Amino acid sequence: MNSFAGFVKKEFLHIFRDPRTLLILFGMPVAQIMIFGYVITNEIKDIPIAIFDQAKDRASREISNKLVSSGYFSLKMNLNSIKEVEPVLRQGEVKEVIVFEPDFNNKMESGNKGTVQLLTDASDPNTANLIVSYTSGIIRDYALSRYGSEKMPSLIEPKIRMMYNQDLKGVFMFVPGTMALILMLISAMMTSISISREKELGTMEVLMVSPIKPFQIVVGKLIPYIVLSFINAVVIIALGTFVFGLPVRGSLILLLLESLLFISLALSLGILISTVSNSQMVAMFISLIGLMLPTILLSGFIYPIENMPLILQWISNIMPPKWYIIIVKDIMIKGEGLRFVWKETLIMLGMTLFFMLAAIKRFKIRLE
Amino acid sequence: MILIENISKSFGKRLALDSIDLSVKDNELFGLIGPDGSGKTTLFRILCSLLLPDSGKALLNNHDVVKDYNKIRRIIGYMPGRFSLYNDLSVEENLNFFARVFGTSIKKNYGLIKDIYKRLEPFKDRRAGNLSGGMKQKLALSCALIHRPEILILDEPTTGVDAVSRKEFWEMLSGIIEQGITIMVSTPYMDEAVLCNRVALMQEGRLLRVDSPQAIIDAYPKDIIALRADDMYRLVMDLRDFPQADSVLLFGQEVHYSGKGKNIDRDAIRKYLEDKEHKDIQINTISAGIEDSFLQLMA
Repeated sequence: MNSFAGFVKKEFLHIFRDPRTLLILFGMPVAQIMIFGYVITNEIKDIPIAIFDQAKDRASREISNKLVSSGYFSLKMNLNSIKEVEPVLRQGEVKEVIVFEPDFNNKMESGNKGTVQLLTDASDPNTANLIVSYTSGIIRDYALSRYGSEKMPSLIEPKIRMMYNQDLKGVFMFVPGTMALILMLISAMMTSISISREKELGTMEVLMVSPIKPFQIVVGKLIPYIVLSFINAVVIIALGTFVFGLPVRGSLILLLLESLLFISLALSLGILISTVSNSQMVAMFISLIGLMLPTILLSGFIYPIENMPLILQWISNIMPPKWYIIIVKDIMIKGEGLRFVWKETLIMLGMTLFFMLAAIKRFKIRLE
Repeated sequence: MILIENISKSFGKRLALDSIDLSVKDNELFGLIGPDGSGKTTLFRILCSLLLPDSGKALLNNHDVVKDYNKIRRIIGYMPGRFSLYNDLSVEENLNFFARVFGTSIKKNYGLIKDIYKRLEPFKDRRAGNLSGGMKQKLALSCALIHRPEILILDEPTTGVDAVSRKEFWEMLSGIIEQGITIMVSTPYMDEAVLCNRVALMQEGRLLRVDSPQAIIDAYPKDIIALRADDMYRLVMDLRDFPQADSVLLFGQEVHYSGKGKNIDRDAIRKYLEDKEHKDIQINTISAGIEDSFLQLMA
């Protein structure tokens, strides 16, 4: 046991002595969550708009105020002629132009036939769609509050409620995905690199010719990374909660346990990678290409799995992060318990066992 | 005791070891001499249970290297060709780590490594990566010894190390032998062979000769002379053209010459060289050195 403790201590020393490892371990999670949370976002916030108000009456002004005070839009300019509309859109100064027809208020009063034209820059169609639906939502809201629904019988009013993520915050999508990505990368890449480094430096040869068992080498390599990855998981959840206001609606303990399971899964993958690579470089490339890309592309992190071609949907089933992301979303955002995620948990458990056994079986007691 | 019987090993089509038979006695300092690629490392890796032989068997203190590999790994100390140390750990941490892996401590076996480690002790907090080649070598030896192995296997420990450190290293090996440990060491340097109790000369996966260094020297079959002249390069070339010449080899400032027969006609050589207009010709009869013997065996 003493020899095993010595091994674990050595692993911790390796990690704390290497600035690059430390940077990847602790800098990357924070940086990624910030980047995904702030920069790559599909939220509507302070979208620049222009208004061409030909009516300049009560209704048009009230709607304009409502739009600007919503926080989703910021009024860049007021236009005075329909000719100005195209240039400002073309130059990208504004993303949307709202045109009120002349005598708007009176038309609304008389027969509910006031019209508003919404012109958007659809070079980014997703954003354009969002902008239009937000704007029309606000206008509808105004009409409702002014006349009440009973006075608008002819209008079918779809009441949309975005469940669980009412504000359509992108961070709700990105935090679980980033957690999966970071835990996968750190756990799998770092362990595979650290084992292949021993092979590269020849120290593995000396370790093999010692009473320490392969099993102990593997577990000794795992322990520091389990601890550190777990700390990372906690840091990411804390960042999501305190910086981005992402709630943990379900059980925090369950969430942490599931994270621990995912970490073990990623670590066993890392060991498996190290058994097939003899240098740190190879280990890193296999980890990056074999694990990071699929995590980003095929796990539902960025592209919804339902929209993929059928064959990719099947492939996504063998991507461990897919199941973890489902679990995290269910627990954090929907507040579900183990009752709802047991299936995914079992799948991850099965994968962990499979990779662990394969890794130990492949881990050699000799050089060839 | 190390007993090697009929060990063969190939890598793909290349035969790395060709039916090696060898035995090393208890508490012997045994040297394996041979050029790069002669199979020394492969043989050592088989002895350390790191490689499986294709055929034959090897016993280390009566433990089979294939079947009893767990036992083997407790009784041997192994120093691979590259100094396998953790460069980011300090001298003391490296030693401590290897001690703990073998379930012992520096304190317990300090007596064994004292002579070696005391030279390193002033640098014990320095990272191993910042040590000189000679110091790395001493540290690697200390690490291989820290668990008091019965058999010490050293793969080219003096390669890439300066001459002073090489000399010190062999002195340390004599110290270890006094502690009752059996040592098997490989080296490409023939001059180190005389420091062993017995040596085996290895070439292309085969053992050419196994004997004590003195016996190998004594077995040199011919007379040998050392020659000097003003232009050494031309001297070598001309001697090789001499009809009676068998082996003409440059050793530092001298050329060692032996003829086709046992005896050498020195006057004939002198006359031949004078005809070729060599100046300051010196010819001395010498006794063969270990290198002459090896080169003759390998030719």
